[in-house]
Amino acid sequence: MLQKAIVAEPHHAADHVPSHSVFGFWLYLMTDCVVFASLFAVFAVMSNQFAGGPSGKDLFEIPGVALETAVLLLSSITYGFAMIGAHKGKKGVLLGWLGVTFVLGATFLVLEMREFSHLISIGAGPDRSAFLSSFFTLVGTHGLHVTVGLLWMIVLVIQVLRSPDLTEQDLRRLTCLSLFWHFLDIIWIGVFTFVYLASVI
Amino acid sequence: MDHSHTANSGESHGSAGGYTAGFILSVLLTAAAFGLVMTGTLTGHSALLAISGLAFVQIIVHLVFFLHMKASQEQKWNVLAFGFTVLTVVIVIIGTLWVMHNVSMNMMSR
Repeated sequence: MLQKAIVAEPHHAADHVPSHSVFGFWLYLMTDCVVFASLFAVFAVMSNQFAGGPSGKDLFEIPGVALETAVLLLSSITYGFAMIGAHKGKKGVLLGWLGVTFVLGATFLVLEMREFSHLISIGAGPDRSAFLSSFFTLVGTHGLHVTVGLLWMIVLVIQVLRSPDLTEQDLRRLTCLSLFWHFLDIIWIGVFTFVYLASVI
Repeated sequence: MDHSHTANSGESHGSAGGYTAGFILSVLLTAAAFGLVMTGTLTGHSALLAISGLAFVQIIVHLVFFLHMKASQEQKWNVLAFGFTVLTVVIVIIGTLWVMHNVSMNMMSR
């Protein structure tokens, strides 16, 4: 477990129990997976209920979605580089890549907000049809997760800046956010495939 | 368990090469899915089937290269929890589609 890391707290070193935080966080992610599964199921059922309103084919701009996807995919690999830096104990590398990841995550959110406000401005808001309600719920829930991930990232950066060395606790927290961040990328695969691409086929 | 054993070995939590390989693979898979749809190479059911397949492969790529899932003894419980979740997800999605399809058939709403 992570306790084998270089910097174990001395008074725990003799009789420490291995931390189960990462496994616990993994279980949380699995439950989050079920939440998204039900939202995907709702969208699948509602995807033809346009109530006379616009369909996905009329609304979705695939090049914009491709850009969002590229940004999110890039942020996954930059977080990976941050973790490599963290495991080598290099704070500068860690913070640099976390900064890049944060900017990419924020860019993704800005793109998504612009898409949402455009849709609402042309009268295709969540109140227009069951299709749009389920679309905004599913994609909005993903965006909310990304927002929480960014806030969490800020908190972790502050904690890393305040501690003189990277402790195993820091590493554990960074590992949990890493799982969260990569998990959101996996959800996005489902979103761009089954929400955007499947709607314009 | 993910990332968590041997924090100083450099294997369990991925290497720059591993991340890069995963990234290149997922870029290719994403580009293929968008390309198929944007160029209109395939249409209808075959297009949906193709992009579903690409998404499935890409999810596996992400799990292996980014979340570092593997069938090792340390990760037994992670993988078990994941397997149970996949089962739940399949029941939720397929079950919903099946039930709601029957509802709309019997209510003659489509």
